[in-house]
Amino acid sequence: MILVIAETRQGTVNRASWEAIAAAQALADGTPVRVVVLVAPGGSAAQELAAADVEQVVLVQHEMLAQYTPDAYVAVLQQVIEAAAPAFVVLPHTYQTRDFAPLLAARLRKPLITDVVAINGRGTAATFARPMFQGKLIAEVRPRGGAPAFISVQIGAFRADAARRGSGATVAPQAVTLEAGTIRQKPEAPFQEARQAVDLSQAERIVSVGRGIKAQEHVQLAERLAAALRAELAASRPICDSGWLPMDRQVGSSGQTVAPKLYVALGISGAIQHLVGMKGSRVIVAVNKDADAPIFEVADYGIVGDLFEVVPALVSELEKG
Amino acid sequence: MKIAVCIKQVPTREWQPRVNEARTWIREQDASFELNEPDAYALEEALRLRERHGGEVVVCAAGPARVQPVIREALARGADRALHVQGDGLASADAAMVADALAAAMRDEGFDLVLTGLQSDDQGHGQTGVVLAERLGMAHSTIIMEVELQEGRGIRVKRELEGGWFQWVSLPLPAILTIQSGINQLRYATLKGIMAAKKKEIRVVPPPEGLEPTQEIVALTVPTKSKKTQLIAGSPADAAKELVRRLREEARVL
Repeated sequence: MILVIAETRQGTVNRASWEAIAAAQALADGTPVRVVVLVAPGGSAAQELAAADVEQVVLVQHEMLAQYTPDAYVAVLQQVIEAAAPAFVVLPHTYQTRDFAPLLAARLRKPLITDVVAINGRGTAATFARPMFQGKLIAEVRPRGGAPAFISVQIGAFRADAARRGSGATVAPQAVTLEAGTIRQKPEAPFQEARQAVDLSQAERIVSVGRGIKAQEHVQLAERLAAALRAELAASRPICDSGWLPMDRQVGSSGQTVAPKLYVALGISGAIQHLVGMKGSRVIVAVNKDADAPIFEVADYGIVGDLFEVVPALVSELEKG
Repeated sequence: MKIAVCIKQVPTREWQPRVNEARTWIREQDASFELNEPDAYALEEALRLRERHGGEVVVCAAGPARVQPVIREALARGADRALHVQGDGLASADAAMVADALAAAMRDEGFDLVLTGLQSDDQGHGQTGVVLAERLGMAHSTIIMEVELQEGRGIRVKRELEGGWFQWVSLPLPAILTIQSGINQLRYATLKGIMAAKKKEIRVVPPPEGLEPTQEIVALTVPTKSKKTQLIAGSPADAAKELVRRLREEARVL
């Protein structure tokens, strides 16, 4: 049996959970798949999940699950896993999973393979592909140390719409014990820093800069290209961290997710945290000195060269009309 | 306050990947190494906390003898002393092994706060800090953007969530935090710091007995491209001209 740990946002199942269900279905070698969801009493998350082609939706409801905490999640999931005895536990590789899954796997002394992008084979014969060295290499990995092996799948690596739907799975409530004194984290309500001033998700064209721009005074070079293309200006995380562009122009897992007609990446190596935010763009252009940069794995057009020479040439070419 | 910072030595960003003959690990002899960037932010945060609240900053690393230069660098930036769990088998160890190795050496130190980067730029498991929390029995929180010390009442930290959302979380001490890159502006070692680091203590301890991998690398390969990239060659002017032509006529996005 394979157990999927679903994730909810404001009471509804997020897309990443469906991707994890698709991964679990791909991994299953005829064995059933179950999904567990942890919620505060009420809500319809379990009913949403029951649409999946799975054996059962395990529903855990508790007042102390109203706000996510890693300690509560680990205490509950330990009980669920011990009762279900799955061969694998599959999760989406979200920030929330990164917060609790290593603790859960460590407590059970079982392997956790994170950020999985592909599953080769099925069941216990399966190996799992995950990026290493900033995506420069792909490792094919086999878990060691007995069942269950925990597998977290990279966002976007499996398609949510590939998750098979069934004829309505049964929802099985499970009672758990949870003591307030064991939850060490006291969370406050989530908030957004400031209203996003720039909505990059609506932009038709985007020019985005990364570390290759080297200094703040060079950002104007990208601005000139953006103006010539009538594009919005965006950046990878290190640029916003350095304060060279405001945070609301950041594309990637911690910033905005964009899908413009044209995405021009200048001096962006293509760390996975950036790629997940832009790989849905229709046409991707990359300008980078390093021919091995992972950005070229998603680019439709590439120029391997010095952006300080290529960008001015592009601007003058565009200005010719 | 007694603060530990767990750091890792990783191949440099400029390193061109080469794998060994068995294709199970990299050719280390071809790699040059540096301090894992996320850990540099954790170190900086620890130094700032010490400046505000006093105490001691101890750098902890697990790895073969080659990791000593990054330990020295951390000492040169201002850490007080270091703990090095040294073993050749730790060079390619997975996160659970690294955490177990560190936990054994750190357990008796009685740290109030342990900081580390949110993930490493080599294997990138993103687990070490959290597994260490379990092994040391400390509370934890991850992907932290701000740390506030609350006198006698633990700490309050700003966690980054996805899509531009954040959340404040309070924790009792002792605690472990994984630090998000960009939380602060990094300082670099001064000449004075480099000189001072030479006299600082690096305690070298062997890894505990019985460390077992939790995952095995069956094959390590250069990724195959999912898309066929049209690479445009030529001088900058020629390449620019050709790119604009293709964007207009082929892709029709201009």
